[in-house]
Amino acid sequence: MNVIETKDLYKIYNSTQVPVHAVNGINLIIKKGEFTAIVGPSGCGKTTLLNLIGGLDSPTEGKVFVSGNDLCSLKSTRLIDFRMHNIGFVFQSFNLIPVLTVKENIEFIMQLQGRSRTECNQRVDELLEAIGLPDKKNHRPNQLSGGQQQRVSVARALASKPQFILADEPTANLDSKATNELLELMEKLNQEEEMTFIFSTHDERVMKKARRLVSLDDGKIIKDLSL
Amino acid sequence: MKNYFKLAWRNLWRNKRRTMITVSSVLFAIFLALLMRSMQFGSYELLEREAIRNSTGFIQIHGQGYWEDKIIDNTLEVTPEFDKIIKSDPNISDAIPRIESFALASSGNLTKGVALIGTLPDMEDKITNLKSRVLKGNYFENESDQGLLVAQDLAKFLQLEVGDTVVLLSQGYHGLSAAGEFQVRGLLHFPFPEMNKQLIYMTLEASQYFFAAENRLTSYSLMLNEPEDLDKTFQKLNASLGQQYEIMTWKEMLIELQQQIQSDSISGIFMLGILYVVVAFGIFGTILMMTLERRKEFSVMIAVGMQRYKLAFIVFLETLYMGFIGVIAGAIVSLPVVYYFHNHPIPLTGETATAMLEFNQQPIIPFAFRADIYIAQAIIVFILTFVIAFYPLLSISRFNLISGLHS
Ligand SMILES: Nc1ncnc2c1ncn2[C@@H]1O[C@H](COP(=O)(O)OP(=O)(O)OP(=O)(O)O)[C@@H](O)[C@H]1O
Ligand SMILES: [Mg+2]
Repeated sequence: MNVIETKDLYKIYNSTQVPVHAVNGINLIIKKGEFTAIVGPSGCGKTTLLNLIGGLDSPTEGKVFVSGNDLCSLKSTRLIDFRMHNIGFVFQSFNLIPVLTVKENIEFIMQLQGRSRTECNQRVDELLEAIGLPDKKNHRPNQLSGGQQQRVSVARALASKPQFILADEPTANLDSKATNELLELMEKLNQEEEMTFIFSTHDERVMKKARRLVSLDDGKIIKDLSL
Repeated sequence: MKNYFKLAWRNLWRNKRRTMITVSSVLFAIFLALLMRSMQFGSYELLEREAIRNSTGFIQIHGQGYWEDKIIDNTLEVTPEFDKIIKSDPNISDAIPRIESFALASSGNLTKGVALIGTLPDMEDKITNLKSRVLKGNYFENESDQGLLVAQDLAKFLQLEVGDTVVLLSQGYHGLSAAGEFQVRGLLHFPFPEMNKQLIYMTLEASQYFFAAENRLTSYSLMLNEPEDLDKTFQKLNASLGQQYEIMTWKEMLIELQQQIQSDSISGIFMLGILYVVVAFGIFGTILMMTLERRKEFSVMIAVGMQRYKLAFIVFLETLYMGFIGVIAGAIVSLPVVYYFHNHPIPLTGETATAMLEFNQQPIIPFAFRADIYIAQAIIVFILTFVIAFYPLLSISRFNLISGLHS
């Protein structure tokens, strides 16, 4: 089954005098295990598309299916639960919860899901190992570097065992070393855990790592390359 | 669930200084409120105690129907069993038997209606300090003294001096006519003009004889060892004394006083209201900032799967914590102060003190030391918290996720 499928997706902003077609008729299918980059110039609609796929925003027209579920048909509280169980998010500015430790941040969603203590502990240890930060377990986010924080947020997204992880410009706030480390981590998780990743980027080096490149311009897909 | 409490607690201390300032303002307001309220309740308690001592006693026993129709025919009879029941109750410390009625007093060609009180001299003095009111002449010599103590202004009206005789006329028990000639033993001074103009005291024995009401009383006032056990003692008396007696507590008898206290208390509550508004705005301002500056964080939490109502609950807890830390701190700070003044009431001096002594009242500002005052504060702050938390709850349930994420 397709992890994600969009059908004639439109997002039109009418707040300005001229309507903005931020997403302008996009049909996109993402299959399990893909490692896809959404690329294109600033303002081409990357963030808007990811928000629609992630169920954070609702389309003006068209549909988004996640594992066959029509996101538009879910009412808001069900949609929040759906995101909790099925979609992992990594944000550009990390956005860990500052008052929680690394461990608590990673298990945050698992606890919302109602997972048991032992399951949480086990998974946290596993993930801390995977992101290479087992010694930072009890640190607060502000005691970590940006790269480390972003790796923690990947772990947080992964902890809840989602269908896929969405990352809107995850490396935009990172230097090249941290960018490399993060990408290596994502690739490893993609290969070892078959986790599906969709991320947007401006960065040439990041694009090179992707195995599928979807290029947008003016809210439309202008190129779709499998590498 | 535990996590929400933890999260709220940690959020509270993200900006330590701001939280401390807010909590301090709550603390200060609650401290003032508690002090004020304790003082108010303390003075009410004193008022009640003095009124109980000077007029009704904690419990009064009458003949059935006396309270509604205060006539000599509605007196009660002191039987041996009755006496035994009163004397054997361990919570009754003192009992003052009285006969109170009206009479005409005349001296020469002057006549006036007077209020007559027959009482036990020693007991009356013990409870109401009657002896101290003697202005001229002497107090009763013994329980069989046939003399009168006449209030100052009444004596003046009737042109009486110590040693003069007065004729009293009234209606006795079962319609018998009551008449007698009495000698003025002393003059009394009272702070209230109505009392000064119409009171005459005589011994119980003399009054019973005068009204032809041997062994009868209009009222039996009871003082208690443990005022808290008022209801228990009341129940007990009700059960053991028969239907022919009317038993009332001071609460039923001092209704006017209680109404006065209530209306005074409302003015106190109004003052408190102003304090609470200050508290509420303090907390509200802080919570408002805490909510606004975390827009993005809230959005992230909702994005990754936290329901808005759970988030709202956390903010509610933050509000609650802030209010309650303030209340508890305020209570802790005020506790020793109130306790100290409870045991060492502030003494009044000068004219106020003299005036209060005149009214047979202790010249002090007493403090009540009562759990309910503290509980009331906690409840009020709890309610305030609900009201204050309403705004963040509303904003959390409404705000736009996408603009929140991008803020
Ligand atoms: N809330 C909004 N109201 C009006 N227009 C919007 C809104 N959000 C986005 N847009 C417009 O939609 C278009 C697509 O924006 P979007 O943020 O998706 O671009 P992007 O590809 O993510 O850009 P960047 O690379 O700079 O992040 C832009 O022209 C933007 O101005
Ligand atoms: Mg963007």
